[in-house]
Amino acid sequence: MFDFLVSFIPRAVVQGVPLLYGSTGEIVTEKSGNLNLGIPGVMYVGGICGVIGSFLYERSLSDPSQMNAALGILIPLLSCLAGSLLMGLLYCFLTVTLRANQNVTGLAMTTFGVGVGNFFGGSLIKLTGADVPSIALSATSNLYRTRLPFAGDLGWFGQVFLSYGFLAYAAIIIAILASYMLNHTRIGLQLRAVGEDPATADAAGINITRYKFMATCAGCMIAGLGGLYYVMDYANGVWSNDAFGDRGWLAIALVIFTIWRPNVSIGASILFGGLYILYLFIPTGKDLAVKELYKMLPYVVTIVVLVFSSLRNKRENQPPESLGLPYFREER
Amino acid sequence: MIHIVKRKEMPLTHALAIRFGIIGLALIACGIVTTLTTGLSPIDVYGTMVSGAFGTMRKTWILLQETAILLCVSLALVPAFRMKFWNLGGEGQILIGAFASAACMITLGGSLPGPALILAMLLASLFAGGVWALIPAFFKARWNTNETLFTLMMNYVATQLVAYFVIVWEVPKGSGNIGIINQSSEAGWLPTLMHNKYLLIVLVAVALTAAMYVYLNYGKQGYEIAVVGESPNTARYVGIKVNRVIMRTLVISGALCGLVGFLLVSGSAHTLTTSLAGGRGFTAVMVAWLAKFNPIIMVGSSMLLEFMSSGAGEISTIYGLNHSFGDILTGIILFFIIGTEFFITYKVVFSKKGAERDV
Repeated sequence: MFDFLVSFIPRAVVQGVPLLYGSTGEIVTEKSGNLNLGIPGVMYVGGICGVIGSFLYERSLSDPSQMNAALGILIPLLSCLAGSLLMGLLYCFLTVTLRANQNVTGLAMTTFGVGVGNFFGGSLIKLTGADVPSIALSATSNLYRTRLPFAGDLGWFGQVFLSYGFLAYAAIIIAILASYMLNHTRIGLQLRAVGEDPATADAAGINITRYKFMATCAGCMIAGLGGLYYVMDYANGVWSNDAFGDRGWLAIALVIFTIWRPNVSIGASILFGGLYILYLFIPTGKDLAVKELYKMLPYVVTIVVLVFSSLRNKRENQPPESLGLPYFREER
Repeated sequence: MIHIVKRKEMPLTHALAIRFGIIGLALIACGIVTTLTTGLSPIDVYGTMVSGAFGTMRKTWILLQETAILLCVSLALVPAFRMKFWNLGGEGQILIGAFASAACMITLGGSLPGPALILAMLLASLFAGGVWALIPAFFKARWNTNETLFTLMMNYVATQLVAYFVIVWEVPKGSGNIGIINQSSEAGWLPTLMHNKYLLIVLVAVALTAAMYVYLNYGKQGYEIAVVGESPNTARYVGIKVNRVIMRTLVISGALCGLVGFLLVSGSAHTLTTSLAGGRGFTAVMVAWLAKFNPIIMVGSSMLLEFMSSGAGEISTIYGLNHSFGDILTGIILFFIIGTEFFITYKVVFSKKGAERDV
């Protein structure tokens, strides 16, 4: 049993980290009243922008393995953040400035973002005229996968707690910071006010547009990092189309599952990551079909949580009151 | 000082002219993006897109069939949207309908005569799709559970359920897919009309468009849907049973999505895969919204989106690019149209003595 946990937990964690980034980003966004269904697209864009940045940088060097470590990390990181920020700005411009429907805008962003990811992932080599068979950014990936040097000597403790790249720890820190920001700072209080009742918040002198823009853009940048972590750390720097799969939607499910709490999401993402790969560890014998039913678990669990939180109808467990609704000051 | 004022109802012709103008602009933007990424001349880009969509008789028919299927999904979703119930579960409802059809084909294929089998498949699909939509509708009506998120999650439950049965029924064992069902007997396949395998689906879409238009605009139920959508409290006041309307409308919505699943399995694909719905449940949301939930205009918007995707598909095939290029172009067009709605609904007023004006 112990050996099982030591091998299972690290795999659940690496599955959980992209979900944690996605759900933290979406929680911050939703707290401002924006239901951004474009998160799956944003995560693709974040991933592919990191890949493009790193691909161009590695190609500019004669020997990628001798690259400057700081640049090797910063270039993909900044490209990823810039790409996700652009997606966030686009969403805000359409839904906040132009008051478009959030569901439709979000779905269009997902179509667009997944399209951008797969298009550049599939055509980058042809577009840049490179003579490599596939996108394999092993040098950059090695930087992102750098572990603490002594982690290997610490046995099971090292394996369970210290065997991850820096982005995994960053995800946990960001989630804790987001949680603190939402519940213990003035900014967080005002942000929640915007999401609950923008008209009242407006009357109290809070700049609604500014809060919605800031929260949504910050949320998109956090979510984009999930895409970057997936490519650079989990997938060893190899981009393959559609490999990221439906993790973006699972991140949105997590938002409900954690009832809009980023600190709960740390454990919950690891749990969902575990559910995602549980079928690999359960002896199903020759019956491969059953594993597909196990993959259903995260979604069923989310539905149950959604139903129960509406059944109990506790005020602190509800979605932000104005979630999904645009705010028109002139229409009160 | 700038402020924003809601317009009085804009004349439909005026609004349509703006929309067509913006589609033109969006197409130009798409041309520029294509030229920038691929280095083709913009005229070649448009020429290739048109020939990709209408180049041959067969391509035109495929475009028509794809438009018809997308249109049917949008028609299925539209009653729910008019009620302001965001049914994002079209994808799952299609899949579960397709699953019901395929189940009938596989288990009853040998025992029932042709027409009875098709009837059984049709009923099973309608039922399955209806139930799949009724579940979130029930919780919405009873406990006000958030339907956007609930229907979204139901998609993946359906996907995994189908994934399970795909492996249970896989032929040959270990291949991971079902293959063409009843290939030799063609049991449960929709008949071809006038030697044209695409025609029947197109006719179904035409009939459904007319029926949905009448249902929404001239029936008592259509009126109830509109009232519940505008204001549930008003609806309660005038004696409409809101909970019943929500559940009834969603059963209709889901059953029609199930019908699309039936059409896909029985009429075109003759197989069951997890990607059978192909994102139509989401694309249809945009089709319906672009058309302001008007069934007749939806014919045009679904045609536009299918034209873009087949045109972009042709570009990517010819120039050796990835097929997702179509998604990028579709996304750009959608962003343009989504942005325009603002200028149709509102007007921006620049007031001269703005500083004194207390907005």
